[in-house]
Amino acid sequence: MYQYDTYDQAMVDTRVEEFRDQVRRRLEGHITEDQFKPLRLMNGLYLQLHAYMLRVAVPYGTLSGAQMRMLGDIADKYDRGYGHFTTRQNIQYNWIKLEEAADILADLATVEMHAIQTSGNCIRNTTSDQYAGAAADEIVDPRPYAELIRQWSTFHPEFSFLPRKFKMAVIASDTDRAAMRLHDIGIQIVKSAAGEIGAAFYVGGGMGRTPMIAPCINEFVPIDQMITYSEAALRVYNRHGRRDNKYKARIKILVHELGKDEYTRQVEAEFAHLLTQNIEPPLAELERIKGFFADPAFEVGVPDEVDRSDPDFALWVDNNCVPHKQPGYIAVTISLKPVGGIPGDATGEQIRVMADLAARYSFDELRVTHTQNIVLAHVKKADLYALWQVLDANGLSTPNLDQIGDIIACPGLDYCSLANARSIPIAQKISQRFAGREQEIGELKLKISGCINACGHHHAGHIGILGVDRKGTENYQLSLGGCEGADTSLGQITGPGFDEEGIVDAVQRATDFYLANKQDSERFLDTYRRLGMAPFKEAIYG
Amino acid sequence: MKILTGNDLKSGAVVWWDGVQWSLHVEDAVDVGDHADTILARESAARRVNAAYAIEAVRDEHGVRPGHIKERIRALGPTVRPDLTLKPADPEAGNWVI
Repeated sequence: MYQYDTYDQAMVDTRVEEFRDQVRRRLEGHITEDQFKPLRLMNGLYLQLHAYMLRVAVPYGTLSGAQMRMLGDIADKYDRGYGHFTTRQNIQYNWIKLEEAADILADLATVEMHAIQTSGNCIRNTTSDQYAGAAADEIVDPRPYAELIRQWSTFHPEFSFLPRKFKMAVIASDTDRAAMRLHDIGIQIVKSAAGEIGAAFYVGGGMGRTPMIAPCINEFVPIDQMITYSEAALRVYNRHGRRDNKYKARIKILVHELGKDEYTRQVEAEFAHLLTQNIEPPLAELERIKGFFADPAFEVGVPDEVDRSDPDFALWVDNNCVPHKQPGYIAVTISLKPVGGIPGDATGEQIRVMADLAARYSFDELRVTHTQNIVLAHVKKADLYALWQVLDANGLSTPNLDQIGDIIACPGLDYCSLANARSIPIAQKISQRFAGREQEIGELKLKISGCINACGHHHAGHIGILGVDRKGTENYQLSLGGCEGADTSLGQITGPGFDEEGIVDAVQRATDFYLANKQDSERFLDTYRRLGMAPFKEAIYG
Repeated sequence: MKILTGNDLKSGAVVWWDGVQWSLHVEDAVDVGDHADTILARESAARRVNAAYAIEAVRDEHGVRPGHIKERIRALGPTVRPDLTLKPADPEAGNWVI
């Protein structure tokens, strides 16, 4: 994985001391909260319901064992013994003291981590495929391209005060595992008929109060022009994006209002101009970065079979492991969704356990997924049972990947100052209600947001739940038919909302209807798409 | 009644105006009546709390109860982690929020 050079380290170290001084001045009363707020947000420090919250960047979700171990140590040393992995492949700590914030950043800097640009109207952490470098269907590892974008976008002076936050994702396979088309810019690394590598640009997607699926504005940008094209796409947005209304300030609104064709025309014109300015990093830099993402030293001739004699282990293998490009290896997803648990939460000890397992079994590397789980991407099949035993002993062996208990849920009103309703208790009740039925129901992606900002990706859930405030009471809207993969679609609201108990019953009626009407091996989503909303609505509301 | 709340500058902890200073416990909150703006201006100048504001609440047999669920969650702590609330030994404390 990528390792800082002296410039990276110097920038991060300098930023820590700069922030330490800003905190000191705030605590001593030399600057007001209005003056301090944008400074702390630039360093990922929010003020939430109960305390300060620190969001730490995990570039494209990739972590070393040492970095993961540090995240666990921070949870114990500065927080209350746990961290929350997020849908941006980051981690958040919920109980941070302002006095200690700079110390945390200093600790992070020792393992080449920071919290820069995890907030504010700038280019946020670029996300990617959690199976990058392991997936058999990728044409290249997308992470070097994501790293190049990280370097370009970090402290980019022109894009530090965009109309709104800006999220990018990079994938390199047709199977979209990063919700690419629901980003401000989604990039798919593609290969031309001539075998040349390029970037397909999808611009103007997003969730929030106005969900939109990004259209493709250029199917093939030569890879040695990817940054220049990104610059052009951002520049047009920065020029014309609305700053008078935050709810209409995302690039999706601009693309929608200008129209895809006119937006594309302007981007192409800007692109043509920028090509004369030679802003693209030299290909040698991309090659240097690629060197950090070379395949690890896979062993050859290792066993390609797994002993499935332990039924609990076999169930976990079936549900949580996916094929690897290298014979004898497998990619493992560690579910952070135990029955009745808090989606995405892990204790400091669990985080360290996962770090140790990465060191022992997966070339000392981990991934955070946008579904709030952890991936060990390169595990030898011969080691799988030993790894599972450790996971099982530490409450990390829930066999529910992409099933109804593998719920994405935002922190909701239990933690978030923006939320209108609680998300986590709904997730807990649903996972408890359906415990033991996951295999019967099969793949069903359920996502819950506590407000219209849609951090819980409810628009993209096969079943989506949105918490709203109805005259001071929590109410939950149900939607069906969302999907975030290669066949991205947006969920449709079923009808009137439900209270806390009612929404769980409504989910059960929807799944019961699915089970009664599915054909062959149809997933919930397939049955919904075949039958449409009407019969599901009838089943839900009677 | 009208009460004042904010977050402690150093810790970020939720605090409530008790008439003299800021308390961690909502039951200490006092009705500030028509003096909210005056107190908020003074406390803002003193810079001991962040973003303090006034909310509606009622006083019942259990003490002071903020009018909105968000403020009740702020007063108690996350309903999904009773161990991290101000009343970790009371398993029923979360019912007060709802």
